[in-house]
Amino acid sequence: MLPPENLNERPLVSLSDAGVFRNGRWLVRGVDFSVRRGEIVTLIGPNGSGKSTSAKMAIGVLSPDEGKVERQPGFRVGYVPQKLSVDWTMPLTVRRLMTLTGSLSDNDIVAALESVGIAHLAGAEVQHLSGGEFQRALLARAIARKPDLLVLDEPVQGVDFAGEIALYNLITSIRNRTGCGILLISHDLHVVMAETDTVICLNGHVCCRGTPAAVSQSPEYMRLFGATAGQTLAVYSHDHDHTHLPDGRVRHADGSVTDHCFPGDGHHHEAEHEGEPHSHHGHTHEHDHVHDHGRAAPTPTGADRNKGHGHA
Amino acid sequence: MVMLDDFFVRALLAGIGLALTTGPLGCFVIWRRMAYFGDTMAHSALLGVALSLLLSLNLMVSVFVVAATISLLLLVLQRRQALSSDALLGILSHSTLAIGLVMVAFMSWVRLDLIAFLFGDILAVTVTDIAIVWGGGIFVLAALAYLWRPLLAGTVNAELAEAEGLKPERARLVFMLLMALVIAIAMKIVGIMLITALLIIPAAAARRFSATPEVMAVLASVIGVAAVVGGLFGSLTYDTPSGPSIVVAALVLFLASLLPYGRRRVEQPNP
Repeated sequence: MLPPENLNERPLVSLSDAGVFRNGRWLVRGVDFSVRRGEIVTLIGPNGSGKSTSAKMAIGVLSPDEGKVERQPGFRVGYVPQKLSVDWTMPLTVRRLMTLTGSLSDNDIVAALESVGIAHLAGAEVQHLSGGEFQRALLARAIARKPDLLVLDEPVQGVDFAGEIALYNLITSIRNRTGCGILLISHDLHVVMAETDTVICLNGHVCCRGTPAAVSQSPEYMRLFGATAGQTLAVYSHDHDHTHLPDGRVRHADGSVTDHCFPGDGHHHEAEHEGEPHSHHGHTHEHDHVHDHGRAAPTPTGADRNKGHGHA
Repeated sequence: MVMLDDFFVRALLAGIGLALTTGPLGCFVIWRRMAYFGDTMAHSALLGVALSLLLSLNLMVSVFVVAATISLLLLVLQRRQALSSDALLGILSHSTLAIGLVMVAFMSWVRLDLIAFLFGDILAVTVTDIAIVWGGGIFVLAALAYLWRPLLAGTVNAELAEAEGLKPERARLVFMLLMALVIAIAMKIVGIMLITALLIIPAAAARRFSATPEVMAVLASVIGVAAVVGGLFGSLTYDTPSGPSIVVAALVLFLASLLPYGRRRVEQPNP
């Protein structure tokens, strides 16, 4: 996924054997990873495994109590923190939120809001947004800064399923378009992993790392996420010749926009997929039609979710 | 200047200068939920008064130093997380006030008009006081304007501000010092007990009519000025104490801001 020359470039940030000690315990230890331009690194792990702490070390909000964090000087960070609440006493519109840490041109603001699908909410107060809308606003704010390193701590929490995929696609497209490095924290493995270059699985320390497919097969990962995780959490690696628009519609490669698709239009794979749930690691299929993920009943297994259409 | 000879005009000028300063500062006090913190700093001013009498220091300087020290002490104690913040604030707030009162009582050689310190004596301000209020006020507002972005971003989320290259901690520290300065300046005008009211009430009244933090800061100043003017005229008309009258006027404006008006809230309707 990475052009090979990028591998030789100096990382934007690299952590070596870094750890944070607070209130008599190590929040995380021995963390070792780096993020280069154009690379997506995903941190996964259970609650309290040190994902956010590691990300905070990477952006310099926490300094390591052991080990080292090296950062290229002067690069621009866009950050979506895991928790952010705006006190109701502060009047803050979405538009004003965008320029919280630095000035932006009107064009950049509108373009960023449009790309996450909330351009119509520019004048709304952030306290009145739903959880998903607020996450979109935070993501828009981070990307509008045109950062060199985008750090996203659970960026799609509270976003509906259709929007989740659209936003992950957006994140990938930002990487492809701007060549920024992305450090992503997620517990949601289904959709993230295939576009990720490196997955770091944390549980107080780095327990395994590698490509998404390798990590989802590794015994450490299965121990952490349960024995069935490896089978049910398929790697999402569709080749997209269509784009999911934020409002749930889909734009095709030929430029047409449609609302939904229906079974029997010749693009579904019922026959192929019928039967017991099965693994889709590395599974790739081409679409020239619409997926309306929002309309498909979300099913508990990743494999079904992965297909996500027309099976109801 | 003949006009300045009139005590009422001097009071108006001093009060307006102070209200212009406390508006934006007070917005941060309520956004950061520091109302009780401001109270604690203000109460510690009496300790500053006592120390200035004991050591023959300049009154304003010693009040500033004590208030600033208390705020830094709070920062340190909060980091240790031994007691909850509000318990710490309660301890510091009332113990500094009590120590100040006890010290003043011991100094039998000074005659001190305690009431003037506790509730202010705006009608006794001198031309020098006015100069200090306006000079100090302009300095505080300029510093606040300079720090606006890191302070505001740090108020929303300190980690976000820091990650994106701002210095919210430094801004917060300077903000504390500005608070201490305003308390030192305001003590003579509204008194130790009522300073926080002038910080909080105009800002709270401005909230409803503001769409952005900047608008709220300006509106808080305007409402503060209205409270000072209204309170002073009220005090003249009804022969009431001036400091408390200003606070009552501010309260009336705040209550008026809660009334349901014909139009909906300035922002979009609730989802």
